Amino acid sequence: MTIAFTRRRQREATAEAVRRAITQGGVDRSGLVFKALVASCLAAILALLLWLLEDVVAEAQPYLAERGLAGFLGGTLSSQPATYGVSQGIIGSVWILIFVAVLAFPIGVAAGIYLEEYATDSRSTRLVNLVIRNLAGVPSVVYGILGLAVFKELLGGAGQADAAWWQFTGGPTLITAGLTMSILVLPIVIITSAEAIRAVPQSLREAGFGVGATRSEVIRSHVLPYAAPGILTGTVLSFARAIGEAAPLLMVGAITGLLPTYGTVPDQLTGKFTALPMVIYGTLKKPETQGWPAVTASVILVLMAVLLTANAGSIMARNYFERKRQ
Amino acid sequence: MTDSGLTLAELAGSKQRNRVESLVKVGVGSAASLSIVISLAILAVLIVRSIGFLAQVEWSSLVSSLGWFPRSNRFDLVTLLLGSLWVTGIALVVATPIGVGAAVYLSEYASSRVRRWLKPSVEILAGLPSVVVAYFILQVIYPTALEGVLDSKYTLLAAGIGVGILTIPIIASVTEDALSAVPNALREASVGLGARKAVTTVRVVLPAAVSGITAALIVGASRALGETMLVTLVAGGANGSARALGPASASGGVTMTSAMANLAAGSDSVAVSTGVTLNPVNSLYVVGLVLFVFTLGLNLLGDRLVRRFRQSY
Repeated sequence: MTIAFTRRRQREATAEAVRRAITQGGVDRSGLVFKALVASCLAAILALLLWLLEDVVAEAQPYLAERGLAGFLGGTLSSQPATYGVSQGIIGSVWILIFVAVLAFPIGVAAGIYLEEYATDSRSTRLVNLVIRNLAGVPSVVYGILGLAVFKELLGGAGQADAAWWQFTGGPTLITAGLTMSILVLPIVIITSAEAIRAVPQSLREAGFGVGATRSEVIRSHVLPYAAPGILTGTVLSFARAIGEAAPLLMVGAITGLLPTYGTVPDQLTGKFTALPMVIYGTLKKPETQGWPAVTASVILVLMAVLLTANAGSIMARNYFERKRQ
Repeated sequence: MTDSGLTLAELAGSKQRNRVESLVKVGVGSAASLSIVISLAILAVLIVRSIGFLAQVEWSSLVSSLGWFPRSNRFDLVTLLLGSLWVTGIALVVATPIGVGAAVYLSEYASSRVRRWLKPSVEILAGLPSVVVAYFILQVIYPTALEGVLDSKYTLLAAGIGVGILTIPIIASVTEDALSAVPNALREASVGLGARKAVTTVRVVLPAAVSGITAALIVGASRALGETMLVTLVAGGANGSARALGPASASGGVTMTSAMANLAAGSDSVAVSTGVTLNPVNSLYVVGLVLFVFTLGLNLLGDRLVRRFRQSY
């Protein structure tokens, strides 16, 4: 009832105020401050990355210029910065990548296919899903313990005369490291490929079934080509993880000090080993005098280059499949 | 029957195709069950080896106030738990505002073009190896920001900051998921009532996403708890009795993960002395079991919350 008796002038004043607020606006100061605040969080991340990159390059450049890039890439671990080289680290990391690509990739994609194409929504399927999600969250050092106990010790038996025929890993070797890393990245591959397969439209499958194809034929001819870009994104992630992780390698006994020169391929696989992140771990533990930080920065550059190469390979494959899809 | 000319055998399909079909099914099924095998193997290794160690060690040494000195047979788990707690807490203090803020910007403010350009920076940070961040902390952050404040380069505080940097991406991505799961109708209703963008975000979107943001923090904590290499490199000691010492203590600190790494690397000179059956290195299995239980609990909790926010909208 009050409204009805409100005086006309008051009503007009209110209307004027509302009109002004709508037409002229005015700056939402607190809103801008809030926007600036959340934008600065993202800016901080960007700044952090650029700062790191700038420092690594600035630190590594004079050292690499003096040492020579070829000598650094081709040389072996050394106790002197002047003669330091990372060839053994590169070989170790590449072998780990090969293990991941040969073991974790096919097994992970197969498991993803099972979960999305074959499994019914049963209790056991939900259990498998839960187990996989939790495996993805298990700390890498725990995978290192698994590698240490199973691959290095149980399946190892290095140098012992009584090593049984099934003790094939030879203890702290690249075989042990490669198997451990493959298990570490397996959940990532499974989860990303299952997600990619889930995103394949049902009508594509039905088209395949409609012309009389069996389930496995539909998967091969329709589902996998369509899901390939998404699956390859998962491999990029798993490659990045496999190249960067050092904790499991430390647990299974990677070398950071001196390493005898690698010979042939079987020597590389069955002898003592190191990998790029372990090389960084080793140089970071060295005294800061004598220019070790510059060596560390240089190894970081090499690690990033390997990472970029592996990623570029997967991205090129992804683009190929994406073009094919269109 | 005579019209179609098909026999029952023809409708059943060729035997060979059926055989391939069942082979493929068995193959992919066993690939999936491998994950169960791996989980059981992890559990079996941790439990069997822990029991083996616990049968030999005096249980009082597991909580002795003397601290974590494996080669003197002092295995104070409280020291390790406190160290891990400090690092995880500091990491969350560093990562939560930045991660949630970045997620709010990406989800609520950024145009799709800006998003396409800026989102990779979060992804690159997620792919950064922890040894690289350790270098960043020791060689860049410490000399510029921490040198005047801390007495030592190697402290739990510096390790916590580094782990925080590594935790930002996971918090940001889970939070962003949670924010984008909030239905647009809620935002539209708020804007329709005259609320401004910031008010809508703070009063409507964030409260609606609160279970997802909680999940982000829990998953982030689990990640921080399990971070190994950075803490091993930055936190300093392989031993410690520092139950009462804070995170900025110049004598450094030791966490569950760094204790395991140091034991495996032999950098605290644990050696099996002759005539002693107790091998201190085996204490890492007990520590691993404790860490596994903690992270599993956090992951299960986080998983549950994530499912809840996915379901509720």
